[in-house]
Amino acid sequence: METLFETFKARAEAVSAEVHRLATQREAFDFVINLLQEQGVEDVPGRGAIWADGTILKGFGKKYLANEAPCLSFEITRQAAADAKVGISQADWAVAATGTLVVDAAQVEQRLVSTLPSIHVALVGTSRLRADLPTVLKQLHPSQTGYISLITGPSRTADIERVLTIGVHGPERLIIVFVDELERGNA
Amino acid sequence: MKSAFRESVNVALNNANLTGALGRFSEAYRIGRAKAYEGIDFEAVRAQIRDVKSAAACHLDELAETFKRNAEARGAKVFRSSDPLQVKEYILALAKEHGVKLVVKSKSMASEEIHLNAHLQAGGVEVEETDLGEWIIQLAHQTPSHMVMPAIHMTKEEVTEVFNNEVEPGQVPDIAKLVKFARGKLRAKFLNADMGITGANIAVAETGSLVIITNEGNARLVTTLPKIHVAIVGIEKLVEAFDDVQPILTALPRSATGQLLTSYVSIITGQVPNTDGSPKELHIILMDNKRSEMARDPKFKQALQCIRCASCLNVCPVFRLVGGHVFGKTYTGGIGTILTAWFDELKKAEDIQSLCIQCGNCKVVCPGMIDIPELILELRRRLAVEQGQGVVQKAIFAVVNNRRVFHAMLRTASITQKPFAKDGFIRHLPFFLSDLTEFRSLPAIAPVPFRDLFKEIQQPKGKEKAAFYSGCLIDFSYPEMGKAVVEVLNKAGIEVVFPDKQTCCGAPARYSGAYEVAAQNAQDNIEALLAEDVKYVVSACPTCTVALKQEFAATFESLGMTGRLEDAKKLAAKAMDFSTLVKQLVDEGRLSFKEGQDLGKVTYHDSCHLKRTLNASEAPRELLGKAGYEISEMSECDMCCGMGGSYSLKLPEISAPILARKLVNIKAADAPLAAMDCPGCVMQIRGGFDKDGAKIAVEHTARLLADRLQ
Repeated sequence: METLFETFKARAEAVSAEVHRLATQREAFDFVINLLQEQGVEDVPGRGAIWADGTILKGFGKKYLANEAPCLSFEITRQAAADAKVGISQADWAVAATGTLVVDAAQVEQRLVSTLPSIHVALVGTSRLRADLPTVLKQLHPSQTGYISLITGPSRTADIERVLTIGVHGPERLIIVFVDELERGNA
Repeated sequence: MKSAFRESVNVALNNANLTGALGRFSEAYRIGRAKAYEGIDFEAVRAQIRDVKSAAACHLDELAETFKRNAEARGAKVFRSSDPLQVKEYILALAKEHGVKLVVKSKSMASEEIHLNAHLQAGGVEVEETDLGEWIIQLAHQTPSHMVMPAIHMTKEEVTEVFNNEVEPGQVPDIAKLVKFARGKLRAKFLNADMGITGANIAVAETGSLVIITNEGNARLVTTLPKIHVAIVGIEKLVEAFDDVQPILTALPRSATGQLLTSYVSIITGQVPNTDGSPKELHIILMDNKRSEMARDPKFKQALQCIRCASCLNVCPVFRLVGGHVFGKTYTGGIGTILTAWFDELKKAEDIQSLCIQCGNCKVVCPGMIDIPELILELRRRLAVEQGQGVVQKAIFAVVNNRRVFHAMLRTASITQKPFAKDGFIRHLPFFLSDLTEFRSLPAIAPVPFRDLFKEIQQPKGKEKAAFYSGCLIDFSYPEMGKAVVEVLNKAGIEVVFPDKQTCCGAPARYSGAYEVAAQNAQDNIEALLAEDVKYVVSACPTCTVALKQEFAATFESLGMTGRLEDAKKLAAKAMDFSTLVKQLVDEGRLSFKEGQDLGKVTYHDSCHLKRTLNASEAPRELLGKAGYEISEMSECDMCCGMGGSYSLKLPEISAPILARKLVNIKAADAPLAAMDCPGCVMQIRGGFDKDGAKIAVEHTARLLADRLQ
C-alpha cells in the first residue's frame, strides 16, 4: 500500500494535483475546514462551498462540519454549484499507475461538485488504492452505473501555442486527500 | 497538381508562425511521447488495438445492432444512418422539437466531417464549440488544422485579435488571461444551453457505453448541464467488449499528447439524471458515411483501426512544414489523406496524396498499426488507374523501362551537361528546371558509368560470389560507391558479378502509382539477378534493397500476378543491404579492420528505408566505430532528408526546407564528416552543403570503410 501511495502521489503531482494523506476522518474534516477558511469561503455567489453526499458523511461528519463551517452546503443544486468556489466529494477508487481518481458519477451531484467550482477536493479511502485501471474497472463496471468519471489532475489545455495552462472549463485545483480510516467507497 | 493547391502549400510554407509552432511541437512531441511510453510495451499494446479494431471492422453491422440494443435497454435512443444529410436533419428536428435555442459542443470530428454546425445555424439554432481550440477557430471562421490541436497554427496575438473582434474588446496576448476569459465566456453558454453535442472516442457494443476523452473538462459539462445529450459516433469507434477499451485508453493519450491519461475520461451508459432530477434524453447517432464500404475493401479496411491520435501528423516531416489546412476541411495529415479520399471522394485526395514523401515515420508510431505510407501508395495507384498517367510521366517511364534507350540517354547527357557541370556538380539549370538546383546542387552524370567501370576492375577469384545491384544513382552518378562495395567484398574473399541486364528498381514508378511499370522493372531485374549463381545480392542503396527484398513481391501481389511471387521470394532471400552484409562478414571473422585508426568524428544520418524498413540502424554505426571513427549523433538523425526519390523533383519547395533542417542538425553535431548508406541521401545532403558552403564532407559508408579494412 505504501508503494502504491508513493506511486500515486508522484504521478498525480506530475499532472499538478495536490496529494495529502491523513489518518482519520476527523483530520480530513479539519483539513477541509481549514481550506475553506483559507479560501475565504462564504455564502455569496462565487465564494460558496458544496459537499456531495458520500459514506464519509455518515455518522458524525455532517453535523460536525455544519457546526464548524456553516457556509458549507450539502444541498447540491445547479445554481449552488455554479456559485461555489470549492466542491468536495468522495472518490470510489484511486489508480496508482496514472494518479487517477475513479468515481461513480451517475448522481448528478457528483458531477456538479467536480466540474463547476474552481477547486475540487476529493477524499478517498487509502484502502481504495489499486495498481492499475483494469483492476478498478472490474469493480466499477458500466453494467452498474451510467456515468463513470476518471479524473487525473485538474482541467488543462495547451490549445494556444502549446503552452500548458491549468484550469479551463473544470477545476483549476484538484486536492486529493487520502484517509486511512475510510474503508468504503461512496456507495 | 493543381495550381490552387500548390499556392496553398506555398502560403503555408511561408507562414513562419505556423512552421515555427509545428516545428517546435514536433521536437517536443518526440520526447514527450517516448517518456509517456516508458515501461509500456508499445508493440504489444498496438497489436492489441489492431486486433480489437480489425475484429470490429469485420462485424460493423452486427456490433452496431448490439450497441443499439444494449444502449436502448439503458434508455438511450440510437439512430443509425449512412447518410450525413439524414444525421444533420435528425439533430435539427430534435432541436426544433424541444425548442432548443443554444447548443454547446465538445470536440467531434464526425460532426465536422458532415459540417453539422452550418446546418444547425441555418436552421436557427445557435451552436457554440467549447473545446478552447475549436472555439477559437469557430470564432475566427476557420477550420481545424490538426486533429487534436485544432488551433495550433495560431499565435496568442492572433487569438487575442479574434477575441477582441468577435467576443469582447480589451483582451491582451497573455495565454493564462486568454484561457480565463474563455472560461468565463463559455461558462455562461454551458449553463444556458438546451442541448449538448459530443463525439465519442470509443463505443462499446457489449455495454452500450460511450467513452469520451478530454483534458479541458468541457465534455463533462456538455454531458451534464443541458437536458439533451446527442453523441455523433462514426461506426469505426465501435469495439465489441468493455475490456477492449483498455489498450485504446493506454495508447490514445500517450500517442496524442504524451500524457499517461487525459484529465478526464467519461464512460457514459444510457440515461443519467439531469440537474433537475429528470432523466437525461440521450441520443446516440451511429454514423456510417462510407465506413462500411471501407471495411469491405481488403486494402483500406485497416484504416478503420485509426484511434484519431494524430501521431502520424506529429512525426511527419511534411506536415510540420505545411500544417493541416492544405489537407482540406476536416481530417489532416497522413491518415487524413486516406479518410478524405473515402469519406469525401478519391478525387479530393489527388493533390494531397502527393505530399507524402514515404519516409515511413508514421507507420512506426501508429497505435492502430496502419501502414499509412502503403495506403497512400494504393491511393496513388487507384488514382493512376482512374485517371491515367500524365503524358510526361508516361514518357519518362517508357524511357526508364527501356534499358538501352535509358542508358544511351544518360551517356549522351553526361556529354551534353558539360555547360552546367563543374567539379562533379550541376549548380544551375535553366528555365523550368531551375527550381531543382536552387536549394541544392545536383550531381553531374559520371563520364563512365559503373557498368562500364566494373569491367576494368581486377578482382581476385573468390570461393563465394555476390551479385551487385547498383541502382541508377550509383551506376550513373556515383560509380565510386560501387567500386568501394566491390573492394570491401573482395577483401572478404567474395567475387562480385554485375549482371548487365539489371535495370531501374521500379521505385519511382511504384511511388507514382504506376504499378504495371514497376512490375515490368521487377520482372526484368529478377530474371537478370537470378540468372547468376550467387550467394548474395547486395545493394548499396536502401530503396533498391527494399525493392528487391519486399516490393517486387508486393507489386506482383497488388496486381494479382501470383505466378511471379516464387521467383520474387527467391531473390528476396538473397538480397541484403551493404552494411548488414558487411557487419555479418565482420562478425564471421571474414573481414577485419586496420588497428589503431583514429579517424575523428563522423555524424550518421539514418536513411528512411534503411532504418524503418530494413531495420538496420546499428550495423553502419558499429562498422564506422570499428573503422576508427567516433560517432557524434545529430538531433533527429532518422528524420528524412527531403530527397524521397523523385519527390525532390516534384515538390522542391517542400524538399528544400526539410533539407535545410537536416543541414542544421548535421552542423550542430560538430563533425567534419556525415556518413549515410543511401546514394539518394548523399545526393541531397552533399548538394545541400555545396550550395550552403559549409565544409562538411558527405560520404556513403561503403566509401568510408573500403580502405580501412585489412
